[in-house]
Amino acid sequence: MKVSFKVNGQAHEIDVPPNTLLVEVLRETLELTGTHVGCDTSQCGACTVHLDGRAVKSCTVLAPQLDGVEVTTIEGIGDSENLHPMQAAFRECHALQCGFCTPGMIMQAIDLVEKNPGLDSQAIREGLEGNICRCTGYHNIVRAIASVADAKPASVK
Amino acid sequence: MSEVVSQAESENQGIGAPVRRREDLRFITGDGRYTDDINQPGQLYAAFCRSPYPRVRIDNIDASEALALPGVVAVYTGQQLVDDGLGDLPCGWMVKSKDGTEMISAPHPPMAATVANYVGEPYALVLAETLQIAKQAAELVDTDFTELNAVVDLAHASGSENIYEGIENNLAYEWALGDEDATKMAFARAAHVTTLDLTNNRLIPNALEPRACLGMYERGTGDYTLYTTSQNPHLERLVLSAFVQIAPEHKLRIIAPDVGGGFGSKIFIYSEETSVIWAAGKIKRPIKWVADRSESFLADAHGRDHITRAELAMDEMGRFTGLRVKTTANLGAYLSTFGSSVPTYLYGTLLAGQYKTPNIYVEVQGTYTNTAPVDAYRGAGRPEATYVVERIVDQAARELGKDPADLRRMNMIQPEDFPYETPVALTYDTGNYEASLDKALEMIDYAGFEARQAEAAERGKRRGIGLACYIEACGLAPSKLAIQLGAGVGLYESGEIRMNPTGSVSVFTGSHSHGQGHETTFAQVVSDKLGVSYDDVEVIHGDTGRMEFGLGTYGSRSLAVGGSALMVAAEKVIEKGRKIAAHMMQAQVDQVDFENGQFTLQDSNQSVSIQEVAFAAYVPADYPEDLEPGLTEKAFYDPNNFTYPAGTHVAEVEVDLETGVVQLVDFVAVDDFGHIINPLIVDGQVHGGVAQGAGQALMEHGIYDEYGQLQTGSFMDYTMPRADDLPDFRVDTTVTPCTHNPLGVKGCGEAGAIGSPAAIMNAVTHALGNKDISMPATPEKVWRAIRGE
Ligand code: FES
Ligand code: FES
Repeated sequence: MKVSFKVNGQAHEIDVPPNTLLVEVLRETLELTGTHVGCDTSQCGACTVHLDGRAVKSCTVLAPQLDGVEVTTIEGIGDSENLHPMQAAFRECHALQCGFCTPGMIMQAIDLVEKNPGLDSQAIREGLEGNICRCTGYHNIVRAIASVADAKPASVK
Repeated sequence: MSEVVSQAESENQGIGAPVRRREDLRFITGDGRYTDDINQPGQLYAAFCRSPYPRVRIDNIDASEALALPGVVAVYTGQQLVDDGLGDLPCGWMVKSKDGTEMISAPHPPMAATVANYVGEPYALVLAETLQIAKQAAELVDTDFTELNAVVDLAHASGSENIYEGIENNLAYEWALGDEDATKMAFARAAHVTTLDLTNNRLIPNALEPRACLGMYERGTGDYTLYTTSQNPHLERLVLSAFVQIAPEHKLRIIAPDVGGGFGSKIFIYSEETSVIWAAGKIKRPIKWVADRSESFLADAHGRDHITRAELAMDEMGRFTGLRVKTTANLGAYLSTFGSSVPTYLYGTLLAGQYKTPNIYVEVQGTYTNTAPVDAYRGAGRPEATYVVERIVDQAARELGKDPADLRRMNMIQPEDFPYETPVALTYDTGNYEASLDKALEMIDYAGFEARQAEAAERGKRRGIGLACYIEACGLAPSKLAIQLGAGVGLYESGEIRMNPTGSVSVFTGSHSHGQGHETTFAQVVSDKLGVSYDDVEVIHGDTGRMEFGLGTYGSRSLAVGGSALMVAAEKVIEKGRKIAAHMMQAQVDQVDFENGQFTLQDSNQSVSIQEVAFAAYVPADYPEDLEPGLTEKAFYDPNNFTYPAGTHVAEVEVDLETGVVQLVDFVAVDDFGHIINPLIVDGQVHGGVAQGAGQALMEHGIYDEYGQLQTGSFMDYTMPRADDLPDFRVDTTVTPCTHNPLGVKGCGEAGAIGSPAAIMNAVTHALGNKDISMPATPEKVWRAIRGE
């Protein structure tokens, strides 16, 4: 089936079987391999992207749901010359080790901070409930997100 | 320890600086390149047929329906690999039984051929044009099995039917270490004996990136290339070449690009990668395979899984006089790559812990069961040893009515006792165990515990505190000794430093980074040593085509062994550079000093930089006559001992009496890793290790039911620690530099996972009023314990 949607601001029209997952579209069709697959039960969050401004697990979204939506992936929020503040905070706080969970974590973290002004660290921990990191023990991830949340005036979104 | 200092503030990027990792830039932008991100034109996709039963005879495989599906290219069975002459997947460490006989390896063909021995063992490989077709076709392969009696229960495995002909009682070996008679005597004379039965729960490693590979065969040259999720690509090449006989070593290139965590599980040589590279040669097209998480659960090597009885003998003062340990270790269905060594040499040798126990005797029954193979998982043997020692010491303190910290302190090896020879074959080079204990107790405010306990009680929570003073042997080392003890490979590491003509530096290491940050720390080490800018140093790893050899990353060995190899190579670069510099300054070699990147003529203001020297080495117009051009040096570093990181971990937990939920509310780790290259990375390693240890203590458990089916085969059933299960960790260090490597470092990768399970379970036991429960302390178990069940 044909679907038209935007990824990182760019319009795409693709023709894929209706049982294709968004994460497959991103990784295979569009070759955006920054979004990762860590499980087959929608439990790990490695595949988290933004769909119409909302963090979703891209392994739970099917192609027919994509028509007309805007998707943002890790590739769409910043690059090495121009990092998103959340990307910069992850690096600054050593919030990643192997990096495999990182794109999903960052996408989840951005959503969390934008939707919840004045987050404390317990709320951050609860907000990461859908994302598994096997490497960092979460300590530095929480610190990184808190540093962005603290820097953000409570009035933003 | 390492407060966030922004990169601009910390100008120093040498040894000891909290340099922000350079590899992060690609990972935070989605530009990392993991195996699954790599594709080849014309590649096929692989799917495996896996045994649905724990023990079967494979009677017949009918692939006709699968092959009829459009897009299916081939189906290969395990028997075909055997018929093609492939060898077994070997175990790399020969362990001898106490009667001197050699361990018995169960036959382990690259894929199951005539029998399969655990649920999920692959026995056929389907290749198709798309992944979906491959998976669909794998379902269509029609296999006749005869179910055989499976042996699943570890406790009764040795009395059950033999899984393999000729392996009596399902025992691969009965290993022992220590002086049995002297230990017996110590128990006969003891004033007090504490006995404890312990289970070390089976864990499933679950690196977040599942195993994956892309196998390629070059028709024109006959070269094989395998991209794969490996912690040790050279070892994989060696085994696939020498034992499995895929291709000669020079025709086989293994590339481990960015790897998403390993924790041991990506050391081993598995069926899937082996079959894929073989099939790529047969079908002459690239083949891609990526494990589903379900496949990782079933077929990655698992960890731990011990049943142990431990006894501690003490004199009337509470001094430890003897320790006797009997362990049944689950090896799973086959001896995985290092499966034999983990519950023996990496376990029994650590049972002295931090204490002067004069008599120790340990026996280990290495036992086959019809479950996935068990091998090294973060800590590998050392968490199991620490769990035994630190749980029984706590139990003894309670029985004697002594403070657990005091009892430990009184038995600790003292700074003046080093080098200290233990009764279980190790010589600790250095340490100061009380220093870590003191600092940890201070950080947790040990004296203030009762007030915290009372405050928790008011909230309806029972609070407990627990200690663990662990030791580990890291930097897996002396090759000669290891080979005498049965290791099939050396334990050195290689490093190469290439000064490029324009003064930048390419560093090649046989270590592999899959999260540890070698690209940063190794650059810190080399730039510090050579006095060149950190930004001018590039670290390259993970490709047998680019570095000549290496043994890879496991056992917290990268910096202590791989980093040391680079120090030796750098020393050679300096020595050659000194000759060139002397020539340039028309001086004698011994008149030239080297410091901060400058070769200086003594008692003069004349100097040349290492960059100028490098240029002269590659453009040798005015150059020493007897010297080869170029400035590239290699080193193989083989340490003369293990390193011995040690420290104290303290946990505080609160138990909810209504629900049985245990909350880890505070955790302090004080570790002695020797010198520290990058404190930011060291802290991160400890955090990650502690989280895995907390997972083991409180939630993780790989469970097979009585029929041999894995009950915990997904993230829905196997509880992984998540952010809201854990507190912030408080970590600090003490330093006694390692005495025998040039960096004075000990290794930090596993400590967190080694000390924390015992500390947390001691805290749980304390909170439950000394009621002992087995790991993991799940709400149900705790709830029952509270009710006296
Ligand atoms: S891959 Fe989507 S949640 Fe794990
Ligand atoms: S950094 Fe490895 S899984 Fe999070």
